[in-house]
Amino acid sequence: MALSLIVLCSLAYVMLLFYIAWRVDFSAVKGKSPVNNAYVYALSLAVYCTAWTFFGSVGRATTGGLSFLGVYLGPSLLAPLWFVLLRKMILISKNQRITSIADFISSRYGKSATLGVIVTVIAVLGIVPYISIQLKAVMFGINTLTHFGQAAPAPPAELWLDGGFWVTVAMAMFTAFFGTRKLDPNERHEGLVAAVAFESMVKLGAFLAVGLYVTFGFYNGFDDLFTKAQVHEATHKMFSLQDSGITPFSWNMLMILSLFAIMLLPRQFHIAVVENTSPRHIARAMWVFPLYLLLINIFVFPVALAGKMNFDANIHPDTYLLSLPLASGANWLALLAFIGGFSAATSMIVVEATALSIMFSNHIVVPLLIKTRSFGQGKDLVSGAHRLLDIRRVSILFILFMAYLYQRSVGSTYDLVSVGLISFTAAAQLAPAFIGAMYWKRATHQGAVAGLATGFLVWAYCLPIPSMAQAGIVSRDFIDHGLWGISALKPYALFGFSGVDPVSHAAFWSLLINTWVYAIVSINTKPSTLNLTQADLFVNIHKYISWQDTDILKREAKIGDLKNMLDRFLGETRTLTLFREYESNNGVSLTNHQVAQADLVNFVETQLSGAIGAASARLVMDSIVKEEPITLDEVMRILEQTREAVEYSRVMVEKNTELKTLTLQLTAANEQLKNLDRLKADFITTVTHELRTPVTSIRSLTKILLDYRSELSEEKIQEYLQILVGESDRISRLINQVLDLEKIQSESIAPEALQSVDMEALVSRTATGMEQLFREKEVAFSVQNDVPGACEVQGDYDRLVQVVSNLLSNALKFVPQGEGWVKARLFHQNGFLHLQILDNGPGIPPEKQAMIFEKFTQLSRRDTGKPQGSGLGLFITKTIVEQHGGLLRVESKIGEGAMFEVRLPLNRFAKSTFAAAKN
Amino acid sequence: MHTSDSAAKVLIVDDEPNIVVALEFLLQREAYQVQKAYNGVQALELAAAFLPDIIVLDVMMPGMDGFEVARRVRQMEALEMTKIVFLTAKGTQRDKEAGYSSGGEYYLIKPFDNEVFVNTINEIMAYG
Repeated sequence: MALSLIVLCSLAYVMLLFYIAWRVDFSAVKGKSPVNNAYVYALSLAVYCTAWTFFGSVGRATTGGLSFLGVYLGPSLLAPLWFVLLRKMILISKNQRITSIADFISSRYGKSATLGVIVTVIAVLGIVPYISIQLKAVMFGINTLTHFGQAAPAPPAELWLDGGFWVTVAMAMFTAFFGTRKLDPNERHEGLVAAVAFESMVKLGAFLAVGLYVTFGFYNGFDDLFTKAQVHEATHKMFSLQDSGITPFSWNMLMILSLFAIMLLPRQFHIAVVENTSPRHIARAMWVFPLYLLLINIFVFPVALAGKMNFDANIHPDTYLLSLPLASGANWLALLAFIGGFSAATSMIVVEATALSIMFSNHIVVPLLIKTRSFGQGKDLVSGAHRLLDIRRVSILFILFMAYLYQRSVGSTYDLVSVGLISFTAAAQLAPAFIGAMYWKRATHQGAVAGLATGFLVWAYCLPIPSMAQAGIVSRDFIDHGLWGISALKPYALFGFSGVDPVSHAAFWSLLINTWVYAIVSINTKPSTLNLTQADLFVNIHKYISWQDTDILKREAKIGDLKNMLDRFLGETRTLTLFREYESNNGVSLTNHQVAQADLVNFVETQLSGAIGAASARLVMDSIVKEEPITLDEVMRILEQTREAVEYSRVMVEKNTELKTLTLQLTAANEQLKNLDRLKADFITTVTHELRTPVTSIRSLTKILLDYRSELSEEKIQEYLQILVGESDRISRLINQVLDLEKIQSESIAPEALQSVDMEALVSRTATGMEQLFREKEVAFSVQNDVPGACEVQGDYDRLVQVVSNLLSNALKFVPQGEGWVKARLFHQNGFLHLQILDNGPGIPPEKQAMIFEKFTQLSRRDTGKPQGSGLGLFITKTIVEQHGGLLRVESKIGEGAMFEVRLPLNRFAKSTFAAAKN
Repeated sequence: MHTSDSAAKVLIVDDEPNIVVALEFLLQREAYQVQKAYNGVQALELAAAFLPDIIVLDVMMPGMDGFEVARRVRQMEALEMTKIVFLTAKGTQRDKEAGYSSGGEYYLIKPFDNEVFVNTINEIMAYG
């Protein structure tokens, strides 16, 4: 077949795809998206079936019998769970505006930039081989068509003569066209999805056509084909799993890998989650997609059998789909089969490269640019958007060129399926962190980083590096003898686990170690605050959004249109009632010219569903409702909200710090409250104890007086009665002071109680009141006033009296009987009136000086015969002084008496200052 | 009235002199030989010299508290036979446990009943 014909057909086909994409994008802009459809969604999911499926499954079936099915059974088995799993993925992603799997994982673990980079690196390195086999498949197909029956030509050394190079360039342009035409905040590309869905139909159609042709053209149906194959020496061993050489272990690993792949391959995540238009579509996709897989696999086995029976080893099994029609002269069918394979390859490459380029630019390039401050500078947002698209385009070129290089150097030594499985294993490394993201709240950022990194390293060591060795790029010594000669480190038999194929082996170890490290590190690290909030958002997503909110289309319509439409189905009266109901429930009034917001649109749709069913209601609504067009504002928001920008922006860092400070303050406040509680408990314990002590002696002595009065001398009776009086006084004093304290602490000074107080007069008057006490103890009292006539302060007279009387009686208590003296001294200093009360008592040890102002602290009670205080006096005194904006302190040396000093502010006439001083 | 030899010795330790007055009277009435201490340090010194049969011990005292006094008494060989009776206003279960674990044998709570107190002391002397 002529190369020009093939190229021409391929170009024509690509033009058709362009046309479809263009039409769809056009109508999407007009508000009617044909992509918002469950079948389109299910078909686009079939991007899972790549050229590997198309050509490679037949090859795999030929060499490995039924084992090719594992790759499809995994996803089919998982499909029933989509309603829970995929729905949750979509809800989370829409809620968080997630644009890729890297974004998903990094968002969950505290919007971690590191994780974004790690996942992107794993994805790019893991998927590049996968893309390379698509390129290889296309080249393979072209070579088979042009050189059927001859040996394939060796690739020329010059790049520009290599067909593969030009295929790569064409694919890159194609991808850039589809994936980077506009910047969408949700990374949705309707045209792309439509083209992919169309391609899914083409590849299925082509495969079925060849299958039917082989089964019914070469043979007389399945019966004939299978009967012949069972007796044919080349094929009779292909019918059982045992004979295929696949072990149950490999089979299970294969299913697990493919089960993860359907969720975690970047293109699958992109189509299933990012491009999803409504979670409602999942229900239908749950059965359509497995059905698709069944249909596209129905003829794999027959074609493989037929090929094996008809061809010798010179024809590569991967080409049977083309070779069988070619051999019987059906060139047109071979060309159709090629277009089918070409479809599979292009859709895979386009979606995968788009998804990877989003990750690559969002998680690696843009953060770097932002860090170097060369991107997204304020006003330049629009050109910023263009730059972002340019970055995407360059990323796509870069990724595809890497794939091309891989294919040229390594890929040629492997068949399609093996390389695909290497990529599956890489993608599976995301599984623990990914699943944990949605179901394990305790999982931390550190756990995810550690798990992913170790899993990836094990993968790299067990699969791509040995494959590079086998291609001769690095020495293959370590494969046979283990790294550094340690046999436990043989990449195909880690820790002595041998006898399984390399992929299952690598999958087993990498996933085991990955999961283990992820769990252990998570349990042993503390999540950051952001990590915690995000964890809750992901794990308990249903708390945060309702089903309704998840429609991506922000729908709006004219209220008049809505009314008219509802009229037609419900009648005028009912419509009016409904609208009135809505108005009163929401406290709004609606006019026909207003534009209805999403919730009114939803309200109308719900009403309509009641009448004509949800599906029809949706259709009707679509006719009058339009999607919000994307405005410049929106574009600016996109850029502002680009997650990386958020992560790296100074604002976020500031907010974060603020949040941390707030958290700290909250913790401190909490601690303070706890302290207060403890203080209160202490206070109550102490008061109870202080009350119990006098009660104890009163009770005991009273009983003694009652029971043994006759045995007691008159003096003893006198002594005991004296004690009883003293102890009763002590109790009432205590009660009064506790009440005082309560009052003083709970009430600030009442404004009406404020007055000018002459402190000199107050001291004299108080001392006079205590004259009797001074006289009894023969204590001399004197006042020295350095500032006569200038001792006025603002304050509460009664409370200030309490201060002075407390200080005087305190001094009196400690001075020696007979030779004691107490002095008061008044003077000014720094705008304060100083009142000092000095005595010649025993003095206060320095270590006790701070303590005496605490509640219930008493010193040397045993040393005085006088009744003791409650231990509250000085505390109350200090509280009152501080309420006046003043200060109480003590100066003392042992043996030299003590000096208590009260400082009260002068010139404090403004009442408001008291309130301020109180705090 | 207790029936043992007249020389049975009791050490009262309490920082409240009025309570000591009452205790002293009650014990002297039963013909015990009484010594008084008003703080922990004083109590330990007296105990070593006086070798009491019983120590009536308050807990909340300035300086060394009663639990600490009990612990130290328990380390003194000469006081091996001495019984410790706590007499304190601290009445929670936790306080009692602390009392027993610090080496006290009896735990009475203030305010106390004169007869209960005297009976306790008498019983200790009679039955050990």
